Amino acid sequence: MAVETIPAPKRRENGLLRLLRRSERVQVGALLGPGLFWLVLFFAVPLLVIVLYSFLTPGPTGAVIWTFTLNNYARLFTESLFVNAYWRSLWIGVVTTVICLLVGFPLALFIVQRTPRWRSVLIFLVLIPFWTNFLVRTYAWMLILNNNGLINTLLQSLGFERQTLLNTTGAVLIGLIYGELPFMVLPIYASLDRFDFTLLEAASDLGANRTRGFLRVMLPLTMPGVAAGSVLVFIPTVGQFVVSDLLGGAKVDLLGNLLQRLFTRSNPPNWPLGSAMALIFMFVLTVAVIFYFRVTTESDR
Amino acid sequence: MKDGIAIEMRDVVKQFGEVVAVDHVNMNIRDGEFFSMLGPSGCGKTTSLRMIAGFEYPSAGEICLNGQPIGHTPPFQRNVNTVFQSYALFPHMTVAENVAFGLEMKKVPKADIARRVNEALDMVRLTGYDERKPRQLSGGQQQRVALARALVNHPDVLLLDEPLGALDLKLRKEMQLELKGLQERVGITFIYVTHDQEEALTMSDRIAVMSGGKVLQIGSPTEIYERPTCRFVADFIGESNFVTGRVSHSDATQADVTTSDGLLLRGQCMALLSEGAEAMISIRPEKAHLTSQEPSAGTPNVFPVTVERVSYIGSDTRILVRLGQERSFSVWEQNTRSTVDRDAYWQQGEQGYLSWPVENALVLTE
Repeated sequence: MAVETIPAPKRRENGLLRLLRRSERVQVGALLGPGLFWLVLFFAVPLLVIVLYSFLTPGPTGAVIWTFTLNNYARLFTESLFVNAYWRSLWIGVVTTVICLLVGFPLALFIVQRTPRWRSVLIFLVLIPFWTNFLVRTYAWMLILNNNGLINTLLQSLGFERQTLLNTTGAVLIGLIYGELPFMVLPIYASLDRFDFTLLEAASDLGANRTRGFLRVMLPLTMPGVAAGSVLVFIPTVGQFVVSDLLGGAKVDLLGNLLQRLFTRSNPPNWPLGSAMALIFMFVLTVAVIFYFRVTTESDR
Repeated sequence: MKDGIAIEMRDVVKQFGEVVAVDHVNMNIRDGEFFSMLGPSGCGKTTSLRMIAGFEYPSAGEICLNGQPIGHTPPFQRNVNTVFQSYALFPHMTVAENVAFGLEMKKVPKADIARRVNEALDMVRLTGYDERKPRQLSGGQQQRVALARALVNHPDVLLLDEPLGALDLKLRKEMQLELKGLQERVGITFIYVTHDQEEALTMSDRIAVMSGGKVLQIGSPTEIYERPTCRFVADFIGESNFVTGRVSHSDATQADVTTSDGLLLRGQCMALLSEGAEAMISIRPEKAHLTSQEPSAGTPNVFPVTVERVSYIGSDTRILVRLGQERSFSVWEQNTRSTVDRDAYWQQGEQGYLSWPVENALVLTE
């Protein structure tokens, strides 16, 4: 009689599965693994490379000379080209953020107080620009602002003189505000959506006029949205180079433009200097964001 | 000021587009009284309250506070405070900051603010809770903070919009007594909105019963309960039997109503009624009697009935009898004796006699 015996399962195969099933640590590791790997490979490693490069010396052909130096950092803190760029970028970042706030908050407030059907329509309108390419939209602004563009044609037909609108700081600001506004409106809208408007009635009942009701009740409670929106506008703006390039030309030089130039457009490119600049930039922004969040959100939230 | 009129609503109308929420309402609320506006959802009581507070302005008519028109003054300029149904406590402020808010708006000096806040918290028995945040409080505590926050400002009138709705039954009953006691101590006019008639009857000096944007009747709890002026009020407050028919005879104080199946019922009326007019007679179940022996001849309102259903509630027994061909009539008897003998209680199918004194029934034409 041939009694067929089922061969015992190979111990090796079962071992891995058994390990996975039994050890929670391994399970967690398996889940986090791919994400961590990606993070390390595409973020941590490049970051380390940049840190390394920032201490090296640039070579005449664009390649890097392995001599460690602090010269890059020294230049960045002393040369006026760079220092002016910092202040200009910071200033533009702040102005853009403030204007986006002044326009975005009332807009979000208006939308939130409409009937549900109108709300969807209005939010949809705010989001439409995202469906088109950012570069294309910026080019559109060039067409509107240039000397023969939409605005100037209108002005001339009304009898006014042509204005130079393009290649100015103002043009850059318009381009930036236009591009960043939805990022301010949406977080504030989300905050306002959760806001209990009866609180404003209570404030009014207790003697607060509309301004005080806004400052003492609405603003503190929508701060998370305001903070989030501000950060979402400020950071990209400070590092901007596309808008300042297209709408500002050579006249408006921001950090982003300098950075881009150091890495790509200079002849020769200066990676160490660029890396140092990028790092300083990152550091300052991180500090600013932490400070902003500490100040504007409740500590026990 | 005392014995004066705190709030006068003169022919007030409020329209939201096509909807008339408040329809020519007239009310005089006396200084120092506990006045309730009672009615089902959508009757206009909350809208009326909001107009007194200033969150809505009347479409027509005028509202006066102590004789001064305030109909179109914004809320922050009225010396009136509100306790909201949802309490509306400021979540980002502590209890003390919440209570102090109104005083800060009036620019009261800091030292006075601290003292008055403490007094207010004492009054609602929340001493020591100054530094807590609203989310750390129970519903009942939040409600008391809302009360303190309103009262600390010494308003001329305090408005309360169904403030006890979110509390459980036991807490609600406790708070009803507390609120009433508080009002008596403080002496401020309270205007209270509720859909709970028991609450209104328990707490109020006077009640305005509202329906469909109109005020149907204003009176003391006893007046509203014992002398309703229309069917809605008789029906909304407590329970009542209604028998419809036509007036067959009437003088200035009593009227007879004859039903389509030939029953003759007699009750009180407020004024002479025209013969043949459609009317209904309203008898509350606790005011009718059921006897096994026929009452003496000459007693009005005696009808032989059969017991349809009996509900034993414990403290009383609710008996449904068949009156005439198809009418069900409810009688409530208090269980004043302590017996478990089944025969002592009415049984289904038993025959008996339904009767009521003339003064226990009301003839209504609306």
